[in-house]
Amino acid sequence: MKLRIFVTLKPGVLDPQGKAIHKALDGLGFAGVNDVRAGKLIEMDVADGTDDAAIDAMCRKLIANTVIENFRIEKVAA
Amino acid sequence: MKTAVVVFPGSNCDRDLAVALEKVTGAKPAMVWHGESELPAGLGLIALPGGFSYGDYLRSGAMAARSPVMQAVVEAANKGTPVLGVCNGFQVLTEAGLLPGALMRNAGLNFVCRDVALKVENAQSLFTSRYDAGETIRVPVAHHDGNYFADAETLDRIESEGRVAFRYAESVNGSARNIAGVLNDAGNVLGMMPHPERKIEAAHGGDDGRRLFEGLLELVAA
Repeated sequence: MKLRIFVTLKPGVLDPQGKAIHKALDGLGFAGVNDVRAGKLIEMDVADGTDDAAIDAMCRKLIANTVIENFRIEKVAA
Repeated sequence: MKTAVVVFPGSNCDRDLAVALEKVTGAKPAMVWHGESELPAGLGLIALPGGFSYGDYLRSGAMAARSPVMQAVVEAANKGTPVLGVCNGFQVLTEAGLLPGALMRNAGLNFVCRDVALKVENAQSLFTSRYDAGETIRVPVAHHDGNYFADAETLDRIESEGRVAFRYAESVNGSARNIAGVLNDAGNVLGMMPHPERKIEAAHGGDDGRRLFEGLLELVAA
């Protein structure tokens, strides 16, 4: 089973990297960029039937730092 | 006092810490590899060094915090053994859940490498008894991810409990409330971004960091 896990900074957590990307886009002349937030995408392949609780635990224990980050798990159709 | 320095792949301040500990305590620390599952018995201090453990993969300190030796460090910390994390060691301690908050990319995105002025906020901890409250000391920083973050509630709590040990005299990296060093609730775990081990003798341009180790030696040995 293939998973895509999106790790994003919580709202309100300052994102210097997103800000730098935003500035660079402005510098390149792209108009109308309101905000940029940088995150991570983790792609995983896990054994079929791995239960949701185990996947959630992986995210909480390692993949995201829940002090600063949220995560969203997407199961990719085969 | 028996001490240990934990060495992760990518640590690069482990020898600086070992030299500082030997100079102050008179005994060489045990160097403990991250793959070990046990620590030597009778330790008066476990020190987690600066560096770039596991290449900062995923998040600074994230992989190191899950390495085998850290289970032993967490157990020892919970039993009251003093634990000091410097720089990457601080990041490891927050990732391991021994200290509140997280260390994020510096607000200016730059790697900051220079001496900074630190205000001693709590001079009554195991680590800071040789300083005066409100005293300003100068210690170097060298980090890219030193921007301390915690939610407002957590910040209020640690401030009211006297758990902010050190504060930057001026903004260095965007840290919330200029926090540079944090204690756990029991007071036996300290994490700090600045490097006290790099300021222990005149040849370093000052010895403001030395008193941290001297105070610890005095209180732990007593």
